[in-house]
Amino acid sequence: MVKLNSSDIAIKVTAVNKSYIVGKKKTPALENINLTIQAGTLFGLIGPDGSGKTSLFRILTSLLLPDSGEIWVDGLNVITEYKKLRKRIGYMPGKFSLYTDLTIKENLDFFASLFGTSFEENYDLIKDLYVQIEPFKDRRAGQLSGGMKQKLALCCALIHRPTILFLDEPTTGVDAVSRKEFWEILQSLKKEGITILVSTPYMDEATLCDQVALIQEGKILDVDTPAQMVNKFTNPIYAIKGANMLQLLRELEKDPSVERIYPFGEHHHLVMKEKDVLPVLPLSVTINKIKPNIEDLFIHLMQHHE
Amino acid sequence: MNKNAIVVNNLSKQFGQFKAVDDISFEVAKGEIFGFLGANGAGKTTAMKMLCGLSMPTSGQASVAGFDVYKENESIKKNIGYMSQKFSLYEDLTVRENIKFYAGIYGIAPQKIKDKTNQLLQQLVLEKEADMLVSQLPLGWKQKLAFSVAIFHEPQIVFLDEPTGGVDPITRREFWNLIYDAAAIGITIFVTTHYMDEAEYCNRVSIMVDGKIEALDSPGNLKKTFNAKSMDEVFLHLARKAKRIE
Repeated sequence: MVKLNSSDIAIKVTAVNKSYIVGKKKTPALENINLTIQAGTLFGLIGPDGSGKTSLFRILTSLLLPDSGEIWVDGLNVITEYKKLRKRIGYMPGKFSLYTDLTIKENLDFFASLFGTSFEENYDLIKDLYVQIEPFKDRRAGQLSGGMKQKLALCCALIHRPTILFLDEPTTGVDAVSRKEFWEILQSLKKEGITILVSTPYMDEATLCDQVALIQEGKILDVDTPAQMVNKFTNPIYAIKGANMLQLLRELEKDPSVERIYPFGEHHHLVMKEKDVLPVLPLSVTINKIKPNIEDLFIHLMQHHE
Repeated sequence: MNKNAIVVNNLSKQFGQFKAVDDISFEVAKGEIFGFLGANGAGKTTAMKMLCGLSMPTSGQASVAGFDVYKENESIKKNIGYMSQKFSLYEDLTVRENIKFYAGIYGIAPQKIKDKTNQLLQQLVLEKEADMLVSQLPLGWKQKLAFSVAIFHEPQIVFLDEPTGGVDPITRREFWNLIYDAAAIGITIFVTTHYMDEAEYCNRVSIMVDGKIEALDSPGNLKKTFNAKSMDEVFLHLARKAKRIE
């Protein structure tokens, strides 16, 4: 394993474009993507389905050629040095892609042998994960529950001790408890010095990353630490709550001093155009000034990009 | 007329020794937005299949839209709508063809389909896209169209299985607007989601753990009962108790 300094750059993407031909129309999937990811970071690519996350992952892992642009991963040129690169990276696709008719143990042995290593050699890296699925090690992968499949897939992506781990939507469709556990696993892998690039459509997971990029319709809206990112939201924002939430929403939508209002859990988030101006509110309404979160910022950026 | 759209009493489903759904009882009122939550493997899908008339219970009683799940499952199918993130529309049919196909399956008269289709396309502002393949639509539009198609035959109840998974935050909220509109005209909404903020948009929420319903109340009352700040906390508190190894 190459020992990396924290100042090293793990991934550098410059002016990458990719489009697909759909029907007879050329549809852009990625437009002028620029990204620099430091080694040892847990980096989140946050965006809804169809925003280009998977295309970018496939380009970074040498599985798809870009139309233009330059990509360096772990010091290697993705296009010309893909053979070397593939030995060093781990990739867990969004769709379950292990052999369903092999058992847990057979899958692990198989993937280890592909990389010229063995299950035993890198056992320490996957131990915490593997013990959770070990009781079922002789069960075929196709017969596992969603949560176990996900843990096995991560084990297989790690079995050759990659320097960079690519996880494409590992928590999609996963319940809140399992999602939390999965992020705890990622934190412990980060401590092993592995750079992790993870994509997710769940905005609330942004805060668990060191750095995030927000992506929408093939364009990067912003790249920053989650804490710095929300500082870019400068409009005053409030959480409000009333007896009739739907009525409150419909009425405030019409108020000219309101920039935007939308449901957010038990509250509505009210974004005002100017500081120190509040709309006329019914008496029963409680209102509190809040700090915007990543989802607030995403909504803001989406509307300003249109 | 019964004021409940769904009545479930001691319903169970067993696969061999495994109790996927273990003695659940609840009622859903007409026009209610009912959130059906639970961890992966808690038994949500099995319960939902029984309520849709697709799977026979092992024991217990249930009626959906006034029909018995054992004897009248074909009538249930005609009186409910269903939509999930995984299966909704045919990608290689156009918008108009999808509407025509689904409406036809539910036996709606051709003239009525025609009139209602134009009305729906107008509502969704999809008139220009009417003859485009569904595969060419952005995901958010697809999901909104899929929901409208699922309630096109004016069912009493619509089952929504993770309808907003992966959808962008603006479209997710537009989707909930459609849900509110449907509930306002009396359609009962039975919805599963992994977004805990969406649990707050339901009138009442049930949380399944290991095949049983561990809690059922309004989001406000659930937070009071479990002394939690958010539905996320309530969910984590209950779902962490699960003993089942999936």
